[in-house]
Amino acid sequence: MKLICKGAEANLYLDFWFGFKVVKKIRISKPYRIPELDEYLRSYRTFNEARLLSSARRVGVSTPIVLDVNPSSYTLTMEYIEGVLLRDYMLKADEKILKKHFIKVGEMIGVLHSNGIYHGDLTTSNMFIVNDNVYLIDFGLGGFSREVEAFGVDLHLMRRTLESTHHDLAEQCFSYVVEGYSSSFEDWRRVLKKVEEIRRRGRYVEERRLRK
Amino acid sequence: MIVLGIECTAHTFGCGIVDSDGHVLANVNSEYVPITGGIHPREAARHHSSIAPKVLAEAFKKSDISMDDVDGIAVSLGPGLGPCLRTGATVARALAAYYDKPLIPVNHCVAHIEIAKMICKSLDPLVVYISGGNTIVAAFSSGRYRIFGETLDIALGNCLDVFAREAGLSHPGGPHIERLALKGNRYIQLPYVVKGQDVSFSGLLTAAIRRLKEGYRLEDLCFSLQETAFSMICEVAERALSHTMKHELLLTGGVAANKRLRSMLSKVAELHEATFKPVPLQYARDNGAMIAWTGILGLQFGLILNVEKSYVRPRWRLDSVDIPWFREGFP
Repeated sequence: MKLICKGAEANLYLDFWFGFKVVKKIRISKPYRIPELDEYLRSYRTFNEARLLSSARRVGVSTPIVLDVNPSSYTLTMEYIEGVLLRDYMLKADEKILKKHFIKVGEMIGVLHSNGIYHGDLTTSNMFIVNDNVYLIDFGLGGFSREVEAFGVDLHLMRRTLESTHHDLAEQCFSYVVEGYSSSFEDWRRVLKKVEEIRRRGRYVEERRLRK
Repeated sequence: MIVLGIECTAHTFGCGIVDSDGHVLANVNSEYVPITGGIHPREAARHHSSIAPKVLAEAFKKSDISMDDVDGIAVSLGPGLGPCLRTGATVARALAAYYDKPLIPVNHCVAHIEIAKMICKSLDPLVVYISGGNTIVAAFSSGRYRIFGETLDIALGNCLDVFAREAGLSHPGGPHIERLALKGNRYIQLPYVVKGQDVSFSGLLTAAIRRLKEGYRLEDLCFSLQETAFSMICEVAERALSHTMKHELLLTGGVAANKRLRSMLSKVAELHEATFKPVPLQYARDNGAMIAWTGILGLQFGLILNVEKSYVRPRWRLDSVDIPWFREGFP
């Protein structure tokens, strides 16, 4: 097993599984939290991620194929995917290509939401550009819901990430996400209204002044 | 260059006097402590306006300078509670107009970060700022302090205070909870809510209060509440640290007093080979010196305001403030 990436939450290893090139994602123990919480979070998220990755794939959103899951060793084995993180891709791509990808991202989120799935952590480092396609990864914080709140938080987080890491492109990219989203999710208007509400709920938001 | 800073955003009225070499000549603060319940904005403002002359006089006495030596008046115009902000702004405007000194607007959150950097000799940190009113994980990136994680609803200190109040403990509740948590040994599962890079404490608070009413042992609940809430903060801090790759982790705000939180965050820093720098309490809590120091930075860049235009800004977000003085190796 070769370590290929050290994340904040998990380590990724390159391995072979019955001759198949795979990634093993192992959620690591955190010395700062008590064992009860540490074990719970690691096993819950491992199991949860496996469930969501395959559910998302089943409704047509590109995700790596899950091959094995073992919550007791906090290990998820999935297909190895070669691509570029959208975060890194953004540094050099021109606007036209970005537009295409962000519309695609919006569409994917819309498809997930139409099927009662929320991702819970939509950032540009959880999206992979593979040839012309976008892959979604890192579903550990996601879940199943039909509530507008969960969908609203998804889009709100997407916007927040864009604002904190790609501030100059944020507004434009988010509008592309909305464009794609509205084409694939029937209830998009209600969700966008919720996004505004969630933003206002935060601390010190100027928009709150408009609240009646 | 010497600046007088006035802090008046919530429970504390403070006057600080700082020079441009970073010497704190005076840092006098008076905190409003409610007899029952939490902070009532109007009552807090009343406290501030009655105590202001005394605090101001004491600051000048301590610093051993006179108004003639002061080059500017800095005031925290936000974010904070409206009535408190207006009281502080009134004092600052009066002084600026009467003594004909420039008025320097200061964002309270920026001030927390700047004094922390100055005192801890930090250059480009990831900042974890946790108090009764704020829960923010921020770092500098292209011209501003960008927010890499924050609360989606109430602040962590607020969550602890309200829980303590429900348990019949006095305000501020944080220290009581910390003391009781040491005697807790059973972890009671409570909602752990991390949404992307953000956290939410309102559900955690509701659940903890419900468990309290169901008769769970208070010590165990304090322990579980702290562990859950602090682990959430550590997780977002860790993510931000690995994302921004900063080499310093600064902890500031009133909740920085909590030893458990300090020890947890120091482990987070260790994992990412960053230096952990908790801010000494007199500069981590709301204080006048932080406003004065940030006022010095602002004044050097000509960030002054006409008294007529010095409106308070109760919802002035950290990431909407340009930081022109930020450069490596400064000050």
